[in-house]
Amino acid sequence: MRRIFLIVALATLSTSVASAQTIAITGGTVYPVNVPVIENGTVLIRDGKIIAVGANVAIPADAQRIDARGKVVTPGIVNASTQLGLVEIGAVGSTREASALGRDGIAAAFMPWEGLNSASVLLGPARDGGITSAVIIPQGGLISGQAAVIHLVTGTADDMVLRAPVGMVASLGHSANNVPRAETIMRLREILSDARVYRTRRAEYERAQTRAFAARRLDLEALLPVLDGKVPMIINADKASDIEAALKLANEFKFKLIIGGGAEAWEVAPKLAAARIPVLTGAMNNIPQSFSELGQRQENAGLLAKAGVAVALIGNAGGGDEDAFNVRNVRYEAGNAVSYGMEWNAALRAITLTPAEIFGVSDRVGSLQAGKMADVVIWSGDPFEFATQPEKVFVRGVNVVAPSRQDLLEQRYKTLPPTYRTP
Amino acid sequence: MRHSAFLFAAGFVALASHSSAAQAAPDAQGKSTPSDTTRSVPLPGSVSTPNADPFPSTYRPFASRTTLIRNVTILTAAGPAIRSGSILLRDGRIADVGANVIAPADAFAIDGTGKYVTPGIIDTHSHIGGGGVPGDSGAQTDDINEATNPVTANVWVEHSVWPQDAQFPRTLAGGVTTIQVLPGSANLIGGRSVVLKVVPSRTAQGMKFPGAKYGLKMACGENPKRVYSSRGPSTRMGNVAGYRAAWIQAAGYRSRWDKWNATHVGDIPTRDLGLETLAEVLRGNILVHNHCYRADEMAQMIDIAREFGYRIRSFHHGVEAYKIADLLARDSIGASVWADWGAFKLEAADAVRGNMALLNRAGVRTIMHSDDASGEQRLNQEAAKAMAEGNRIGIPVSEDEAVRWMTINPAWALGLDDRIGSLQVGKNADVVLWSGNPFSVYSKAEKVWVDGAMLFDRLDPTSQWRTDFELGFVPANGGGAR
Repeated sequence: MRRIFLIVALATLSTSVASAQTIAITGGTVYPVNVPVIENGTVLIRDGKIIAVGANVAIPADAQRIDARGKVVTPGIVNASTQLGLVEIGAVGSTREASALGRDGIAAAFMPWEGLNSASVLLGPARDGGITSAVIIPQGGLISGQAAVIHLVTGTADDMVLRAPVGMVASLGHSANNVPRAETIMRLREILSDARVYRTRRAEYERAQTRAFAARRLDLEALLPVLDGKVPMIINADKASDIEAALKLANEFKFKLIIGGGAEAWEVAPKLAAARIPVLTGAMNNIPQSFSELGQRQENAGLLAKAGVAVALIGNAGGGDEDAFNVRNVRYEAGNAVSYGMEWNAALRAITLTPAEIFGVSDRVGSLQAGKMADVVIWSGDPFEFATQPEKVFVRGVNVVAPSRQDLLEQRYKTLPPTYRTP
Repeated sequence: MRHSAFLFAAGFVALASHSSAAQAAPDAQGKSTPSDTTRSVPLPGSVSTPNADPFPSTYRPFASRTTLIRNVTILTAAGPAIRSGSILLRDGRIADVGANVIAPADAFAIDGTGKYVTPGIIDTHSHIGGGGVPGDSGAQTDDINEATNPVTANVWVEHSVWPQDAQFPRTLAGGVTTIQVLPGSANLIGGRSVVLKVVPSRTAQGMKFPGAKYGLKMACGENPKRVYSSRGPSTRMGNVAGYRAAWIQAAGYRSRWDKWNATHVGDIPTRDLGLETLAEVLRGNILVHNHCYRADEMAQMIDIAREFGYRIRSFHHGVEAYKIADLLARDSIGASVWADWGAFKLEAADAVRGNMALLNRAGVRTIMHSDDASGEQRLNQEAAKAMAEGNRIGIPVSEDEAVRWMTINPAWALGLDDRIGSLQVGKNADVVLWSGNPFSVYSKAEKVWVDGAMLFDRLDPTSQWRTDFELGFVPANGGGAR
């Protein structure tokens, strides 16, 4: 009885985010990403899932047909590094939820999705811009906290969390307050070692019979899945030597590593490829902004991809593109990556399937494949071009394009309302 | 500069002061002689200072050869695009442009099939050189905010410009040939700007655009009130009181000097560097560039300008400029804005991507600015975004219009539209050859000429400008050894 009740409840919930309708997107140039492009292809969607993709798909009579002739159809874009839903107005502290207080720079237990703002006005422009999933990344300190993949359905924060945690975020390098790089490495090692000891001494710890550890109980607990290889460590590191230090730490503690930022990753591309370490980086930064980023260049992503490294493109040029306001702009990172040596298909993969794989959600999103969630974008043309607009954006089969706050402002001022006649 | 938003307060006192003046004589039309570089001559009776041009430009055009680019699409910023056209650069000037151009036999000819030519890109809002890289703490390369007093009209940002900032060659590679470097926005009145050519030089003077007017940086809203919250101004009304107090002092100072200049009777007034600059604004010799986000505050700044008899040449950032496009058009005030920055503070919360299209439609001089060394390299891409948004919301913007946002309109804002910003015979040969349509994400500046000299060639990495700083520290272009 209880079980039946649960199923009914779940079904009710799912209708709020998924469409029961059958939709056939026909005639478009379809990039499933997992397989080569299909000209004049069909994407068939039912109950929020993709049920068929191909050149010869039988279309049920009751399907709603969407003519995509002359248009480009891709999976929804996955932005692999954002504070979407965590930061509303950058300078307004009460709307910033991405940086934990922690203790001594350690906030491993911090789960920022518990403070996710599903009513953020920045979600609309992201959805309208073709973004269907985003990785939310905590910031600050030595260990910033845990990352999650959010799904840009319209719903509650719980509806939006697709998978969490998907990473433990830490940073190497010379910190702003002049802690030398080797001391930062030492501190990470100390904390990871303490987490190891803590795991075998839990009972003693509860009886206060252990030595003091370098982090709080919950932080040590949060690091155990990292030591088990279940949650990867995302280490922000730009300087080539810091990337190599991260590789050594990963070997020493047997954790799965993802490099974030990676300004000089191209200099150690063969090592990263051999160790199968993915990199999150952009293609629009060539400025030696610090002594840790002297080798920064726009060819980075392309060189890494050529060397066989899994690359997810993110905004990291330091301008407006990193802000939650511009999560949608990651497609221009892809265009610029192509301009600087990445193959077009690899660039599309770098904002869809590759980040989905890196963060363990490729069973559900990231490509147009039967059985996956119906996250689909119909573009007016090449998705990397500025002139191209996303015309329809489906998340779990529901078109989420809707007027954003920015659209409402534009509409109001496109024709001044009578109340605003005099300045 | 956004990051100046995160400045800490500093305290102090003092009001500023005064002017230097007089613009250099305009360069002779149609010649590449170093007339550009002749020391500027103060106009009689117009200056309040005994030394009008204490840091004169030493720029001289680089060696050039007569160059013909043919079979190319030319976005002139002065009229409709010329398809399959040609442009001839000779003696540092544009010698001819059109469908049929007769070139001397010895001209260096470049086939531009499939490519585009535009005027050199101009950025009205840069901090490179003044806010240099690397920017590590302790590097002391952040020299744009003299945040010791809310009014520092006495500082000149050229004294902060480090010609070896590695951001300069990257900006040139983005097709940008002229920039205005501004002081930051911590202060109500931040000091003098400087207009630079993006060229290699040992000194800031060697980059200064000969004869360009100075600008004055003013700032509204959150930044000054935050930076000075402990000593004041700590409110927007405090900001306004601060501007007005400064202009009252400036008016008195100007009057004392004008009287003395006219009569030479009595003691010569004491110079005050800050008031000297402000007096020059009141005389119309220095152009006001006003950082301001909110529509209501811009409207108040317009009233302040009217009260004291100066003009605002351009608002900068103006994320709400679209709300008062009619006011800006009425008073011929330029709008230097972004394509899509917003929400980094509350006064930027109403940013819309349609800002430029809405301004353009209203007849405002619409300008794509960067305020960011990364965005500065891709002003063409930023313009493309803003153009696309216009088209999306039913306000079509043509390529011929959008190219003006980054060329002739900023040239006007700097008072240089008679010399740069469009491809017209007689103008300086600041020219970019793009690998394709400059509004495509796949196009890059392939060759860049400044005064007819090719200073950037993407196809020849060994020829590319590397600053002193980069040698040894930064891997060579193409990723070679450091």
